[in-house]
Amino acid sequence: MAGRWKAVGLRVAQSVPVVLGVVVISFLLTRALPGDPAVQFAGAAATPESIEQVRVALGLDKPLLQQFLIYCGQLLQGDLGQSVSTGRPVAEELAARLPASLELTLTALILSCAVAIPLGVLAATRPGSWVDQLCRLLVTAGVSLPTFFTGIVLIYVFYYLLGIAPSPLGRLDFVYLEPDPVTGFYLIDAALMGDWETWFGALKQLVLPAITLALFTLAPLARMTRAAMLSALSADFIRTARAAGLSRGKVLYGYAFRNALLPVVTTLGMVFSFVLGANVLVEKVFAWPGIGSYAVEALVVSDYAAVQGFVLSMALLFVALNLVIDLAYSVIDPRFGTEAK
Amino acid sequence: MTQTRRSFLKTGAALMGALPFARALPAAAATDTLVVVSGQTINSLDLHRTGTNRASYQIAVNCYDRLVTFGQKEAPGGGLSYDYAKIEPELAENWTISQDGLTLTFTLKDATFQDGSKVTAHDVKWSFDRAVTVGGFPTTQMKAGGLERPDQFEAVDDKTFVVKLDRPSKLSLPDLAVPVPFIINSALAKSHATEADPWAMEYLHKNTIGSGAYSVSRWTPGQQVVYERFDGWVGGPAPKVKRIIVREVPSAATQRALVERGDVQVAFDIPDKDAAELADSLTVVSTPIENCIHALCLNTNFAPFTDPEVRKAIACAVPYESIFQAAAYERGAPLWGGPAEITDTAWPRKSPYDTDLEKAKAHMAASGHADGFDVTLSISTDLATWMEPAALLIQEAVGKIGINATVEKIPGANWRTACLVEKRLAMHLENFGGWLNTPDYYFFWAYQKGHLFNSSNYYNEEVEQLTNETLHMAMDDPEYAPKIERMFRIAFEDLPRIPLYQPALNVAMNGAEGYEFWFHRQLDVRSLGAAES
Repeated sequence: MAGRWKAVGLRVAQSVPVVLGVVVISFLLTRALPGDPAVQFAGAAATPESIEQVRVALGLDKPLLQQFLIYCGQLLQGDLGQSVSTGRPVAEELAARLPASLELTLTALILSCAVAIPLGVLAATRPGSWVDQLCRLLVTAGVSLPTFFTGIVLIYVFYYLLGIAPSPLGRLDFVYLEPDPVTGFYLIDAALMGDWETWFGALKQLVLPAITLALFTLAPLARMTRAAMLSALSADFIRTARAAGLSRGKVLYGYAFRNALLPVVTTLGMVFSFVLGANVLVEKVFAWPGIGSYAVEALVVSDYAAVQGFVLSMALLFVALNLVIDLAYSVIDPRFGTEAK
Repeated sequence: MTQTRRSFLKTGAALMGALPFARALPAAAATDTLVVVSGQTINSLDLHRTGTNRASYQIAVNCYDRLVTFGQKEAPGGGLSYDYAKIEPELAENWTISQDGLTLTFTLKDATFQDGSKVTAHDVKWSFDRAVTVGGFPTTQMKAGGLERPDQFEAVDDKTFVVKLDRPSKLSLPDLAVPVPFIINSALAKSHATEADPWAMEYLHKNTIGSGAYSVSRWTPGQQVVYERFDGWVGGPAPKVKRIIVREVPSAATQRALVERGDVQVAFDIPDKDAAELADSLTVVSTPIENCIHALCLNTNFAPFTDPEVRKAIACAVPYESIFQAAAYERGAPLWGGPAEITDTAWPRKSPYDTDLEKAKAHMAASGHADGFDVTLSISTDLATWMEPAALLIQEAVGKIGINATVEKIPGANWRTACLVEKRLAMHLENFGGWLNTPDYYFFWAYQKGHLFNSSNYYNEEVEQLTNETLHMAMDDPEYAPKIERMFRIAFEDLPRIPLYQPALNVAMNGAEGYEFWFHRQLDVRSLGAAES
């Protein structure tokens, strides 16, 4: 047990230099971007004087090192700076938008796990059957359809033609007022307030974009589940277990599935980080006020503070995510922290 | 923005009228709310702030008053348009201009701000001082009308406001009608000012405190702005709609689905392609943007383009008609094939050039580059919808006269710097539209040496002089027309910019009417109403 905790502690400590590196790199990268924010923000009819005024106002006339020290000083106080394009503190902006993206991404992932994992297991236990073929079909469709295309098709069919889906206007329709922010996840916040009308409203808005993303993430998860299950089922210990006369359920879920779960969890982590980036397009199509569209907007206008804040928060998120995945190993795999070294 | 949850839900009943699943409500409720979708982000409620984008100009227009405004006229392409030739009172009851044209005296109407306090000349003075002091875009725009320093403005008493000019200019009065010199409730603003922030930038960024037709009751950046009508507005005819929701929808396909289904009443600034296709089923207004030109620019700092024969050869080779079809879907107005003789001051005007390959080849042969040359044709990725088809057609056409053009795409953030500030693009597409709708104002920005939109590095002594002379001259001055015509002749002879077409601003409506086009290219919600159906 002590070995396991030590391994966990070591794993947490490894994250620190990564975060420090991200701070430096995100700062340097934004400065290396082409485009001059002072020119951008001086507005439609800029004169050299007004560009210079803006440059001073943004503190961009100072030497790079000084700008970096100011940035680090602000970071230590938990201040991510002020976004020029939105005029609001970056931290506030991220706090408002990150939950929107996460709610969408997590819903999509839960949805896609709920479909992909049973499908993968079924496909592996009945190779060549219709379930296997269905799995293959979904996987192929999932990887070959770009998200924005799926999104537009879904809107066209379910909103435009059939009129079943609500207007694709972001997280909530006009009638509802957003719930008081606790977590920023509308489903959770509305439930906490007991406002089920809003909860249902938020859920309705979530369905189409979540399905769009789920279709996209379904493929790697189902394929990985199927492959991992197949290899687990053909392993010696399964043959032994079967020979020992254990029940089919015990063999399948107690031994094979638990072993197959490790690569699935790894894939899940990869898919999650990938999707957070990929949902920019889905956010655009469904007018979802998420972090992706914010970051793209900020990049286009060279809004330094916003870009840095975004990169940093994403890095922290990924570090945390990888940590969680690694820690999940420690739960799934009893060998963790013992012979790993 | 101080609305409580309860009060918002109470008004929710009226709001329901706009919703698809609440159609059972009485029809009268439906006229209370209009929903607009637009692809642009409103990033501030204060136009004077550094970094405020174009989309946010609509806040200044809809929530604040200026002293004067422009009249209305029928617009080509349907709907109404502002009328540059007619200046009308907004907050000012009337005004006088002194004999020498140097003193403008305004008498204010009996108006109140949205918080109920009186609008006085001191508020006007404070607001104007703010616009000329904060720097950046507002200050530049004020300068265009000769408004540069706080000491030019004086509040004589509560009702009388005086502007003193350094020189008489025809641009001064119109410049008071652009969105920039909007009038702020100075007492309220000052109560939120701090030593570090004397102009209450922080407060005005998030609050509208004007005397305009609407106030912003909710603003969720990246999502929506909700306008609420101010019933005490005296600046113009009372708006018909109580509440207008401007919702941000970045995807053009989604915007189109929403307006076609009638869940939203207005889709603002839609692509030319959608406008052309929707025109059969919905009310679509495509107004050619006044004083705005999409142009192919030839940078006179680069070797082959120093030769006027080469520039003329290119102007004769450009496939104008195909560009207008492919890039604009024939929305807007053609700017080629005009008469060779220039006898009026109409602007934007058709250039005397047309697609004529034989002529182009003759010009090339007469130039010092008869064998052709290689060149880069630059476009911006942000404006790729019109620039890309145009660039490809131009590339193909100039290929026929021996010019081997490579298309280069420059990302949006870098475009302004490369194209307008450093002016280092040899051959590129560009567009500029001036707010003050006179040709000399266009020339000031786009043809004078060193000015921002002169991305071709054009310099001609006579054009410099003519622009300076006509910029502030009254348009009925007998010398004005001949000088402008001379300016046009030189510009079409020298060709630093080859006009392609005048772009259009497209608006699709399904259940709304009363749309009015403005030079600032933002939605003026004051004139909107629900369409009778």
